[in-house]
Amino acid sequence: MITFLARRVLSSIVALAGVMVIVFFLARLTGSPANLYLPEEASEEAIRQFNENYGLNDPIWVQFARFVGDTLRLDFGDSIRQQRPAIEAVLAVFPHTLSLALVAMICAIVISVVLGCLAAFYSFKLVDRLITVSSLTTASIPDFWFALVGILFFAVQLGVLPTSGTGSAASWILPVATLILAPVGVLTQVVRGAMIDAMNSGYIQNARARGFGQNRLLFRHGLRNAALPIITVAGDRAVGMINGAIIVDTVFAWPGVGGLIVRSVLDRDFAVIQAGVFVIGVAVILFNILIDLTYALVDPRVRVS
Amino acid sequence: MSTGKDAPMPNAIARHRPASARWRRLRLLRRSPFTATMAIVLAIIALTALVVPPFIADAAEQQNLALRFVEPFSLDHGIAYLLGADALGRPMLLQLVMGARTSLMIAVSAVVLAGLIGYAIGMFSAYVGGWVDAALMRIADIIHTVPSLLLALAILYVLQPSVTNLILVLVFTRTPMYMRVARARTLEVREGVFVEAARAIGSRRSRIILHDIRPLVTPTILTVAMLEIATVILTAAGLSFLGIGLQRPDVDWGMMVADGRGYLSSAWWVTVFPGVAVVITALAANVLSNWLRAIEDPTQSHLFAKPLPAEAPAPTSSANLGSLS
Repeated sequence: MITFLARRVLSSIVALAGVMVIVFFLARLTGSPANLYLPEEASEEAIRQFNENYGLNDPIWVQFARFVGDTLRLDFGDSIRQQRPAIEAVLAVFPHTLSLALVAMICAIVISVVLGCLAAFYSFKLVDRLITVSSLTTASIPDFWFALVGILFFAVQLGVLPTSGTGSAASWILPVATLILAPVGVLTQVVRGAMIDAMNSGYIQNARARGFGQNRLLFRHGLRNAALPIITVAGDRAVGMINGAIIVDTVFAWPGVGGLIVRSVLDRDFAVIQAGVFVIGVAVILFNILIDLTYALVDPRVRVS
Repeated sequence: MSTGKDAPMPNAIARHRPASARWRRLRLLRRSPFTATMAIVLAIIALTALVVPPFIADAAEQQNLALRFVEPFSLDHGIAYLLGADALGRPMLLQLVMGARTSLMIAVSAVVLAGLIGYAIGMFSAYVGGWVDAALMRIADIIHTVPSLLLALAILYVLQPSVTNLILVLVFTRTPMYMRVARARTLEVREGVFVEAARAIGSRRSRIILHDIRPLVTPTILTVAMLEIATVILTAAGLSFLGIGLQRPDVDWGMMVADGRGYLSSAWWVTVFPGVAVVITALAANVLSNWLRAIEDPTQSHLFAKPLPAEAPAPTSSANLGSLS
């Protein structure tokens, strides 16, 4: 288990390093920040001074070497836009993204487990078909459009939900609904499949023969054994939520990391892009470790091997 | 002593099989009214997107400020304005058809290109093995780890928005998935006895990959590609919505939603209709691919071959498929 975890962490770190290298060069391909931050009539001297301040005068490979060194020391440089360390700018908004993603993931798992179990319990009957059609539908709705229609209906027409903000509980409803849209569709189908598999297995037949009630069969025996594929896909979808977070940040003006990185790309604020991608990358790695530990918790066989 | 010509040629059998399988699928489709309806819907959308745009291109771009935000569901201004008009008085219905062409063209090109590239690299990677395989898969991992929207955003910002660049970005972000699937399937198939037999009679590596392994990897990739169409339509629409996918005069559904965003409270139809078009198209593609997966799965296909028995024997494995009919 420990070796397995260590290997996972090591390969994730290699992947993260690769990502950081890509981000470094991609960011610099977008053009020079001096063109954005200095007035058009800025003198040669002013541009040189600006680039000097942010270390943009050196040849690209010198910049890259410095970037590697700094990143290893967790120094991401200063944000040009915000005039403070980039990592500070990122960590200031990160909790908003993390809390939103956590709430959304919990909602997504609860909803899909309920729907998936229902579909499996009534498999190939009307309820199952309805649930399958709805889960395919939610997986076919563009999240940005759902968010706008949500605003149109609940905020503009009915006036019961706010269009943006993070303060009240009501302001969480639309962002969370937007985020769970795609994961719920996929997860429901996975839960359904895993539950049908589990409910057809020998130990369930045995438990049924011994006269255990339907609830006990479903929850104590079925769900527990169906948990592995559910956790795997839920973990995969949680990482995919970063895409949804970008949309939520844009449409609902949610002050999250996704929106910050998008703005920083447009602002050519390289340090913030790099720090943002790094923080998200580390969060994803930690999350994957958590998933692996959950495996061990759910399945005793994993603990032994 | 039989010559190559007399011997039953495996290729001939392989060529024969897809045709009959296709007929079988069509027969099965007749038994699934819901899926069949969705297939027809998709066909109509595709046909419209293919045939109609050249005839309406000018009319769709025709700005008419007198008809600014004409309300939908009225024939007062002709059939073109059935779904209302946008902020510049352009007819929504015609814009939607133009958008259908762009959206579908982007989705189909991206899926086909990513599929072919990932398919080739994945099989190659699995067959070669060793450090080449490890390196290719690590690259796939890295591309997969970066949130696709973020990656696409950065690349499109560098490349400038255009249809070609949007397709390139989608191909780049979607290829790793096919690589993994093709690789996994090749590794699985490679263990088959028939591959060993081919090796035993002295087939070259290239021949084994192309003639023995490839025919078994293809259906898996096709199924995945079908599923990907909906995903890619949604992703492309998202990028256009963020304003980095396309530029006028090119128009797609995501861009139309973004255009309507500013008038959400006054002219809902400008935002709502393009989204409905995306939902219908993606749903049709999803339903079709769900059904395709089900009939390709031996543990489920019997459910479609004959009317459902009263107590349907539930499938035993890979049952995370829908039960649509």
